[in-house]
Amino acid sequence: MIEISKFIVGYLILQGAILSLIAAIGVIKLPDPYTRNHAASKNATLGIMSILIGVFLYFYFIHGEVNSRILLAILFIFITAPVAGHLISRAAYNSGVPLWKNSVQDDLKEAKEGKIENRSTD
Amino acid sequence: MIKVILICSLFFLTFSILATIYRLVKGPSAPDRVQALDALGINIISGVAIFSVLLRSIGFFEVILLIGILSFIGTIAFARFIERGVVIERKHSE
Repeated sequence: MIEISKFIVGYLILQGAILSLIAAIGVIKLPDPYTRNHAASKNATLGIMSILIGVFLYFYFIHGEVNSRILLAILFIFITAPVAGHLISRAAYNSGVPLWKNSVQDDLKEAKEGKIENRSTD
Repeated sequence: MIKVILICSLFFLTFSILATIYRLVKGPSAPDRVQALDALGINIISGVAIFSVLLRSIGFFEVILLIGILSFIGTIAFARFIERGVVIERKHSE
């Protein structure tokens, strides 16, 4: 029982660490802030949640105690990490950071220009 | 066996932290650097979690919660500063 639970915990923690490594390679190699934001936000939810679930299961299986603080940390990170990614990406767009030079479509720019024209005609 | 897995995971997290520090130094715009700091906080949280398994102690869980909250608040403050120029907006007296 102890060995099986250690196997599960080790699998979850190793999965989270490898996801973090892949996201770090994405943060180095992707071309513009929006795609880097995409890679880093995915790491921030799935990778760290599997690591924290592994830690929770370790202390539940081996020591037999349910730790409410780490459940609260899982819930908090699951809620707030995508919000932080969205805010950074929106701040980057509104402060005029250009898209990657090979990107083909920018709907938000057209929508903003259309809104400004409508406001000026009113 | 689980000790080997934990130390391998710590090596992966170390490489990931080095990658975010590279982006923090080299990032061409300000949102890149804020994004790198956010990812750095997330990686430090997972490092603290793995260390609490490695040392078999439950005394570090407050640290996990605290780093999560502080990283979120700092990211939001930087994003507002980049977007609007101020962090806390003042209501103009009329």
